Amino acid sequence: MDTVTLYIIVALALVVSIVKDRRKTVLALRKAWKAFEGILPQFLVVLVLIAMILAVLDTATISRLIGSRSGVWGILGASLIGAITLIPGFIAFPAAAALLAGGAGVVQIAAFVSSLMMVGIVTLPMEMQYFGRRVAITRNMLAYAFSLLAALFVGWVVAL
Amino acid sequence: MSKLVKRYRVFIIMAIILGIFLAAFPQWRHGALDTLGYQAMTVPFVLPPIFILLGLLDVWVPRESMTRYMGTGSGLRGPILAFLLGSFAAGPLYGAFPVASVLMKKGASFINIMIFIGAWSTTKIPMLLFEMSSLGVRFALSRLAIDIVGIVVIAFAISMTLPSREVERLYAEAEHID
Repeated sequence: MDTVTLYIIVALALVVSIVKDRRKTVLALRKAWKAFEGILPQFLVVLVLIAMILAVLDTATISRLIGSRSGVWGILGASLIGAITLIPGFIAFPAAAALLAGGAGVVQIAAFVSSLMMVGIVTLPMEMQYFGRRVAITRNMLAYAFSLLAALFVGWVVAL
Repeated sequence: MSKLVKRYRVFIIMAIILGIFLAAFPQWRHGALDTLGYQAMTVPFVLPPIFILLGLLDVWVPRESMTRYMGTGSGLRGPILAFLLGSFAAGPLYGAFPVASVLMKKGASFINIMIFIGAWSTTKIPMLLFEMSSLGVRFALSRLAIDIVGIVVIAFAISMTLPSREVERLYAEAEHID
């Protein structure tokens, strides 16, 4: 989607919000700024990191590791990284887009994005605290298996 | 001032490392600066509207009234509300757990809780817009479609196979978590 469309949608939402309640809108903007400012340090770190990693790994290397011909191992590797790491979408999407442009395969990137969102190895202890060992482990295992299926589906749709 | 330095400490270290990297490896200098330049030209323009949307959703979505309809026997309305509640939320997955325990205290059924967790992790609307702009509409929408199926299937699978004793235990425990 283009950035212009995004701005139009948000501008409309903002106008409606201001008309309905000025005070609430100010509160929303304040929250927006706080959330943005909260993620900015992490965000900048990842930008620099991506720039260096992509400079070192040329297109040939990226496509060998997680390119469309890396096959099952590329998909499994990408999904495992997604399952283990805890990266906010704001940071993961530009990184994924950069990798995609640099030679990564769609299925591999989809596996990474899907497992990143649905599976949380790092947060598993927290999840167990709230939902118990059984639910937390089952949910994460099912979510991991599903994220592989989802990746194949996304790869298929994008290739249509 | 020192607080600012502390928050951006890791970034400052990374910037120094980048400086050394650029000086030490002239063969990679061009590639690194290219990527950095590209990100700097695109990302700052995409982020502000998404965060404003997050803020607006946070202020306008009425959580209290939505949770009232999430108990057992709420028909289709319960799961749909659980879905919306998760999709319009802000924050990382670990932010969803405390909210889920509040929902449990308020009597939301377990399957709705699982749907809520799934939606929070996967189908957040502002994130979807960001995903569309970075990875393409086709990628984002097909992932959304398949993940909605996945969330429902996983929620069903877990709540169907979970012994009612375990469910009762979790609800009893939720009462004690703040």
